[in-house]
Amino acid sequence: MFELDFSVIPANSSLLWEGIKMTFLLTGLAIVGGIILGTFLALLRIAKIPVLSQFSAAYVNFFRSLPLILVIFWLFFLVPLIVGRPVGAFSSVLVAFILFEAAYYSEIIRAGINSVRLGQLAAARAMGLTYIQSMRYVILPQAFRAMTPILLTQAIILFQDTSLVYVVGLRDFLVSAEIVANRDQRLVEMFLFVALVYFVFCFAASLGVKYLQKRINNEL
Amino acid sequence: MNKKDNMIKMKSVNKWYGKIQVLNDCSLEVSKGEVIVVCGPSGSGKSTLIKTINGLEPVKSGEITVSGISVTNKSTDLDQMRSKIGMVFQNFELFPHMNVTENIKLGQMKVLGRTDEEADQKAKALLERVGLTEHAEKYPSQLSGGQQQRVAIARGLAMEPMAMLFDEPTSALDPEMINEVLDVMVKLAKEGMTMMVVTHEMGFARKVADRVIFMDYGKIIEDAPSQDFFGSPRSDRAQEFLSKILNH
Repeated sequence: MFELDFSVIPANSSLLWEGIKMTFLLTGLAIVGGIILGTFLALLRIAKIPVLSQFSAAYVNFFRSLPLILVIFWLFFLVPLIVGRPVGAFSSVLVAFILFEAAYYSEIIRAGINSVRLGQLAAARAMGLTYIQSMRYVILPQAFRAMTPILLTQAIILFQDTSLVYVVGLRDFLVSAEIVANRDQRLVEMFLFVALVYFVFCFAASLGVKYLQKRINNEL
Repeated sequence: MNKKDNMIKMKSVNKWYGKIQVLNDCSLEVSKGEVIVVCGPSGSGKSTLIKTINGLEPVKSGEITVSGISVTNKSTDLDQMRSKIGMVFQNFELFPHMNVTENIKLGQMKVLGRTDEEADQKAKALLERVGLTEHAEKYPSQLSGGQQQRVAIARGLAMEPMAMLFDEPTSALDPEMINEVLDVMVKLAKEGMTMMVVTHEMGFARKVADRVIFMDYGKIIEDAPSQDFFGSPRSDRAQEFLSKILNH
């Protein structure tokens, strides 16, 4: 039998805190970048110009057919080759997440755009707004509102997926905890703690999703 | 009324949806200040017809001009042209994420380049005109259908259009709300606005329409001054249509 000793957590709080900050920074930047690129891809996809929509469809199918861990791995080697100098694990991982998540976000955003009544676009165009203006001021705001819960659900998945960065040695929360666990021989305590932290954040966010879903359903 | 000024002109317009011809050799002219009612059975092409006037529905062949500017010419700036033609839709199509005032301001600011203040003043004046001043800050979902349609009319007028198109503006309304919308339209007609209205409201047609256009199977069957149309439609189909919608 062994005794559980959780004092290892406060003793290493600054290292763990750095890890949590890294996890959140990566998640946050990947969400923002993924949504921007995803919106762009969704607009290309619904454009009436075949070469643009085919490109977007190919992009989405390509990234959705690859395991995320492979994309992280590949870009870790590819990005420095492309830019011609070492860029560090963080940059390459961030690019990987943005490229990968954008494929998923673009499908969500496309569904969101399709959920807006066609008459809305007609009304926007009828008052003289250009296609881009109509998207910007009329269609996308409604689409994003309708899909906020799904986007948030995708963000929760992304938050969990950031733990895959251990393959390129980036010190996120999980890696930091693992370092402490191995060094101080407190594996059970540390991995219980890690599980608890992930659970609390994800569970709270999923409650948020439920609340938002309810509010949006009431409004529609 | 100055009957010489041609506002809308349509010449031999044809349009197909796949193999179905929805507009068949349609020609018409609307002078400045005229009010035209377009009626006909559902599926006769009347909504499609007025949507070709601001280019929302492209046509296969034929010519359409509004105030001398060609809609069918590919080099025409359609966005620019649409801003000068107001349109009111069957389902209102107010923007649900904006309040009433914002709905009326959007086009003014983004298309006409008016300042926030100018747009705001215009919105206030128009809301007063359609009798909805106290609803300025509400969202479309908080308004009745009749109120929403009046806001939609105000939104169209905010662009100071040279003509207004109405696509079945009262068809989606509960009966008790139809009149509040028609009243606004009658007022507009009497102020000299050029209007083309797709509607089955024959009371409205009788009261304010200069001419009635009757369509069936994508064709303009009759185009007659309204007193002639209601007196004795020349075509059997128009007579049959009128007897169906007037005799109850």
